[in-house]
Amino acid sequence: MPSKVVITSDEMRRSIARMAHEIVERNKSTENLLLVGMRTRGVPLAKRLAANIATFEKIPVTVGALDFTLYRDDLNQRQPSVKGTDIPGTIDGKAVVLVDDVLFTGRSARAAMDALIDLGRPEVIQLAVLVDRGHRELPIRADYVGKNIPSSKDEDVQVKLAETDGMDEVRVASQE
Amino acid sequence: MIRSEQIEPCAAAEHSGAWARRHVLDIEDFSVPEIELVMQTTSAMKEILSRPLKKVPALRGKTVVTLFYEASTRTRGSFEMAAKHLSADVVNMTAQASSVTKGESLINTLNTIEAIGADIIIMRHPLSGAHYCAAPHVKANLVNAGDGWHAHPTQALLDLYTILNRKGRIAGLKVVIVGDVKHSRVAHSNIWCLTKMGANVVVCGPPTLLPEGLKTAQLLFPGIGVETNIEKAVKDADVVMELRLQKERMQSGLLPGLRDFIAGYQLDSKRLALTKPDSIVMHPGPVNEDVELAADVLHGGRSVVNDQVTNGVAVRMAILYLLAGSREQ
Repeated sequence: MPSKVVITSDEMRRSIARMAHEIVERNKSTENLLLVGMRTRGVPLAKRLAANIATFEKIPVTVGALDFTLYRDDLNQRQPSVKGTDIPGTIDGKAVVLVDDVLFTGRSARAAMDALIDLGRPEVIQLAVLVDRGHRELPIRADYVGKNIPSSKDEDVQVKLAETDGMDEVRVASQE
Repeated sequence: MIRSEQIEPCAAAEHSGAWARRHVLDIEDFSVPEIELVMQTTSAMKEILSRPLKKVPALRGKTVVTLFYEASTRTRGSFEMAAKHLSADVVNMTAQASSVTKGESLINTLNTIEAIGADIIIMRHPLSGAHYCAAPHVKANLVNAGDGWHAHPTQALLDLYTILNRKGRIAGLKVVIVGDVKHSRVAHSNIWCLTKMGANVVVCGPPTLLPEGLKTAQLLFPGIGVETNIEKAVKDADVVMELRLQKERMQSGLLPGLRDFIAGYQLDSKRLALTKPDSIVMHPGPVNEDVELAADVLHGGRSVVNDQVTNGVAVRMAILYLLAGSREQ
């Protein structure tokens, strides 16, 4: 399967730094901020965003992990394993930024929002993604985007992160 | 704090591809990766139990039927709670109030329940092996909630989870199972499950209440210990699991009397002192207070009896979730 690199390690670092600045700018303060990574690759991304914000603002930012498997709309077709949700403190009244690697159909984001709302009542929910590849099937958009990567529906966008895959890189692979 | 307990997800359980079964009939044929997947899923389910809103939509539109040919309050209640937390619809049936009293056969009853619309059937039956007999004839997922003296797989899984949760590991732990081992499906399933996960299991009880096939058992599980003296058995134990004593054992002449059993096999604070200082005390319930466990031990700091009940709901949620995704082959 031929594939090409669309985000290098350096580009990824800069994108994450920019998104971190945008998150602070949009939310005015970091006190109420809670970054929630969507399992699996959203979690290390949320941690990196939090580390960036902590460096700029000299304030630690809370990070959580959300497992939205039990809220998926395709459980009749597949049964992914459940790894569990781990969010420190309450989400009531928080400005929650959901973090994921790729925004595609929007179905994961829908499931994640439903999972989040069952945990409490955040003041606001925003969405940050490293890659927006288009092809939405639901009325959902991201508030923070690392890079827009126009893709065809049968292409495969592969995100690799040092924490989970040993290296930072995004590739687009076409099926042939 | 919204947090799932830290049971380390293992490499084998990364994908639920480790799960291929349609029924849970026994623990005996579970592979280690399957058991680890159940543990990991249970840990995620337990976080849901700690929420103010204890409901997730995973089993919406599925129907779970509990069919009990034997009395049960906690196992049935536990399965019912588990199914409801996952948003399944639950129908409870008892043999006394069903057509069984009119002479319907087990398989016909199960087929009727399927025709009503059951996706998952939870069954308890007094005959050992009843589920094996029924499983080839049902399309629904079948879960064994206890069959005769044979097996009680979800109890073994919840006991395993409780130990793992308290001790952080299973391999190398000394687990002593005390009481009527012979007639206990809880003991049988626990022996299979715990030895498979690497625990050193010792069974202890009066000779009349130990299984006759222990020699064979020792062939299957070379590590299993057999001891009729409780003081010797519980020495340096990490876990002591007392089994429920059924009063009818005395009527059938296997035990001289309750007082002899208490004198010989009750776990009291003196015997507890022989175990490791951080040992835990378990019991599948319902407890005959001051028979298997002295009251101060049952209500003391080492007792995890209530944890077992809570973990039971989480384990059953995990089993229902994993079964709901399995396809008919």
